Amino acid sequence: MELLNVSHAYGDHTVLSGISVAFQKNRITSILGQSGSGKSTLLQIINGMVRPQRGEVLLEGLPLDYENIHELRLNIGYVVQHVGLFPHMTIRDNIGLLGKIARRPPHETHARVLELMDMVRLPLSHLDKYPHQLSGGEQQRAGLCRAMLLRPSLLLMDEPFASLDYGTKQGIYQHLLDIQKLESRTVLMVTHDWEESLLLADHFVWIADGKIKDAGDKSRLKRIKESYLSAVK
Amino acid sequence: MRKTGYSLLLWLLFQPLLSQGQSGDRITVGAKHFNEGYILGEMIGLVLEDAGFTVDRKFNLGGTAVTFEGLINDALDVYPEYTGTISTQILHLEDTIPLERLRDLVEQKLGLEISRPYGFNNTYALLMKRSKAEALGISKISDLIQHPTIRLGLSHEFINRRDGWKNLAKFYGLPHVPRGLEHGLAYQAIVKDNIDLIDAYSTDGEISRYDLLLLGDDRNFFPDYQAVSFYQADLPEEAKKALGKLSAAISAEEMQQLNAAALFEQKSHADIAKKFLAGKGIIAASTSTAPSIGGEILAKTLDHLKLTLLSLLAAIFIAVPLGIVIYRHQRFSTGILYLVGIMQTIPSIALLALMIPLFGIGFLPAIVALFLYALLPILRNTVVGLYTVDPQLKKVASAIGLNDWKQLALIELPLAAPAILTGIRTAAVINVGTDTLAAFIGAGGLGEFIVTGLALNDTDLILRGAIPSALLAIVIELVFEGVEWWAIPKHLRQKI
Repeated sequence: MELLNVSHAYGDHTVLSGISVAFQKNRITSILGQSGSGKSTLLQIINGMVRPQRGEVLLEGLPLDYENIHELRLNIGYVVQHVGLFPHMTIRDNIGLLGKIARRPPHETHARVLELMDMVRLPLSHLDKYPHQLSGGEQQRAGLCRAMLLRPSLLLMDEPFASLDYGTKQGIYQHLLDIQKLESRTVLMVTHDWEESLLLADHFVWIADGKIKDAGDKSRLKRIKESYLSAVK
Repeated sequence: MRKTGYSLLLWLLFQPLLSQGQSGDRITVGAKHFNEGYILGEMIGLVLEDAGFTVDRKFNLGGTAVTFEGLINDALDVYPEYTGTISTQILHLEDTIPLERLRDLVEQKLGLEISRPYGFNNTYALLMKRSKAEALGISKISDLIQHPTIRLGLSHEFINRRDGWKNLAKFYGLPHVPRGLEHGLAYQAIVKDNIDLIDAYSTDGEISRYDLLLLGDDRNFFPDYQAVSFYQADLPEEAKKALGKLSAAISAEEMQQLNAAALFEQKSHADIAKKFLAGKGIIAASTSTAPSIGGEILAKTLDHLKLTLLSLLAAIFIAVPLGIVIYRHQRFSTGILYLVGIMQTIPSIALLALMIPLFGIGFLPAIVALFLYALLPILRNTVVGLYTVDPQLKKVASAIGLNDWKQLALIELPLAAPAILTGIRTAAVINVGTDTLAAFIGAGGLGEFIVTGLALNDTDLILRGAIPSALLAIVIELVFEGVEWWAIPKHLRQKI
């Protein structure tokens, strides 16, 4: 996954300018920055929701095919802050939705749903419940399962845990790391939370004012702690 | 089960179309929705059946506009009409013309034919209590000049008509100042001596019943309203011959008595007509009886259901996709919603009347009118339902890989479904109610009872239509309740 000299603006307001970055395959990379820094736009550029005005997005060496973007997205998992589970579908149908879209055999989808629910410790009694009957943390775990149903090679997460309380977060962090051990994939996680980044990510990219301010591995992240925290305050 | 439902649907769809087809020996008889109209319509039906024809009865029609359009559009083959109505309302003639001249004009200008008169003249007339008239020595209109103090109570229509009071007073030199009176109240008023003289139709059943005297039109002011059969020129000769049997067969007194029998003796129009014609040897006496009340209610309820369901289905098939188009292409939205909204403001009886020039009379125009009524609630609820789907959910759906159609089918429509269903339910209940008016254009249904009941002032008959129609509305509510319970998760159901 690579961005080449990507720039984007909404009207006169430049959000990203000249971003070039290659993300490590099968590793978790956090995209750090304060709100309004352009990090969410970066994520939307990667899955084609936003088409950059300049520059190029390369997925496994090939530029994004905007004509068939919806099919492409089936291979890009997507998790957002407010979960976005569909209220008219049961947990089973929410998690299994993309199996239907990709025309996978129903029994295969069902087996995968059970597997994923087990990975994140969601009780099977939730299968036929509706999202509103689950707690916030359970909903977020179901959202995570939905994103990984088709075993996408790339998983995008936009502040996935921001609305959860501290205890709930810790549980999900562990689930995410467990899954990453079982089925490694390239994960890009937008967050403003330095600690979260340290716990989960192998690498980080710090975006400020539409540019990459810093990037590196865990040890580099530890070293910039003070400057990051004072910058986002 | 599913198969049965499907066959039922097909039957509902095509059965009315099949019955519309006119085979050679089938004759459709119309009648306007007033007492005498029904009786004469039955008589026409009976003489035709006696001659071996199969007769479709389309009674309860909403007036001359409907019956005449029916003839023009081949939806009717024959109905009873009055010569005065043909010359003034249909041919728009200023002056009265002799019958033979009228017959020629009907053939040349309309391509239709009229029979020889039935033998009575149902014109406007002035009535007084016989006892009072005799005491004052009044027997004809010109006698009124001598009695300027008698109290006149005339219907508003009569006061203002060209062949009504103003010209009549001028013509006879009458000095009286009439009071305007609702026609329905006039007979009660004269019986109770609140008033001395009223206007009426000369064959009203009340005349003999209350022993009223019809004042002679001694200077021939009132135009002739001779009853005739008004029919298609291409009617089989046999049928025309059969209709001819009614010529010179009914006197004004007899017609009054027949009308009175319908009004006061609770006899059906069919029985009255049959007894009269058989008594005169015009048709063979038969022992066949009218269909049972239960059977008749069931048949009309089924007709009613058919009207409601067909128009509703058509509206769903158009309004839901149209709602989706509006939602996707917002520049159409105001225009279309505005247009459909206008449709809703047209009074139902007027909308039905507007359908006649386009679709004739009978089942089709009623379906079209009801369909137009059902459009707005369904369309508006579809659009509103789609607009109110959480935009965040649409964004997520797109982000995880659902294309536009999949988003619509799996996310947006299901989430809008409760609103759409509410729209359909509203439309269905509106249609059950509006259906009752469809009887005026010959579409059948429970409205036939109601319209006939109104003409006869017969509460029983009105209830016979109103109660099943109310029950039908309740059943439809319950069915939709069931559909909602089955199709929509509890937490998404609309609370009404």
